Amino acid sequence: MTLGGIFSIESAAQAMFWVVVGLTLAGAVIAVFPRIILYNVLGLALALTGVAGIYLFLGSAFIALMQLLIYVGAICIAIVFAIMLSRPLHLDLPKRQLPKVAMALGSSFLFLAATLAVAVKTPWKEAAERSTDWSVTAIGHLLLTRYGLVFEVISLVLLVAIIGAILTAGYSRRLTS
Amino acid sequence: MNSLVSYLFIAGVLFSLGLAGVLQRRNLIAMLISIELMLNGANVNFMAFNRFLTPEPAVGQVITLFVMGIAAAEAAIGLSIILALFRRLQSVNIERAQQLKG
Repeated sequence: MTLGGIFSIESAAQAMFWVVVGLTLAGAVIAVFPRIILYNVLGLALALTGVAGIYLFLGSAFIALMQLLIYVGAICIAIVFAIMLSRPLHLDLPKRQLPKVAMALGSSFLFLAATLAVAVKTPWKEAAERSTDWSVTAIGHLLLTRYGLVFEVISLVLLVAIIGAILTAGYSRRLTS
Repeated sequence: MNSLVSYLFIAGVLFSLGLAGVLQRRNLIAMLISIELMLNGANVNFMAFNRFLTPEPAVGQVITLFVMGIAAAEAAIGLSIILALFRRLQSVNIERAQQLKG
């Protein structure tokens, strides 16, 4: 500890954590408030990448990788494909309806205050015995034993969703054209 | 390193921003983006409780994976519904979609 506590590994990691949190929240604000939908999608990608960083700080690199693959890689790209349906950027934007925005912000702020009050007031207690098995192997065992049924049902849901998406998008084209 | 409450704070702010977006925006794609933010807030909560409280630290990660799978299905279905609605109404504004039977 010659350089003091400022340059230690822990404080660097702590500073990095707050940088990641700031990026996440800034991305979330960009994803919600600007009127231009392209900025919204880019902000969503930033926020999801930041959440992947938070998962790294929470100690599971596997879930962080899955977050990058599924959310940033698949869902953001799918939303980018839908952007071209939106209003062209060179047209004038319709006026914001201030009462609606104020009511939306107020109600979500009430929700945030209630949630944070619950989170602060509750005396969280750790489980008495905690196993320390964080590995991907444990996740795989759980997926194939205890949560096997849920795993299969989610596979079925994904299959039905893909077929339903094709049918919904394809049949409406045949009906209208 | 950090306490549980700071992670809960981040998750709550993410969820509330998504809620404000769903209530405020009229563009269907923007509402879908806000729903993804809300799902991510819930996921951060799962991972935080998984890290700090649970007896088995793999269960929360499994549930987070399930939520991601459901979110992928929801995005696919939502985008195809938006596509079909756009073909019919020539718009993605939610206020134009006022009747169930087109």
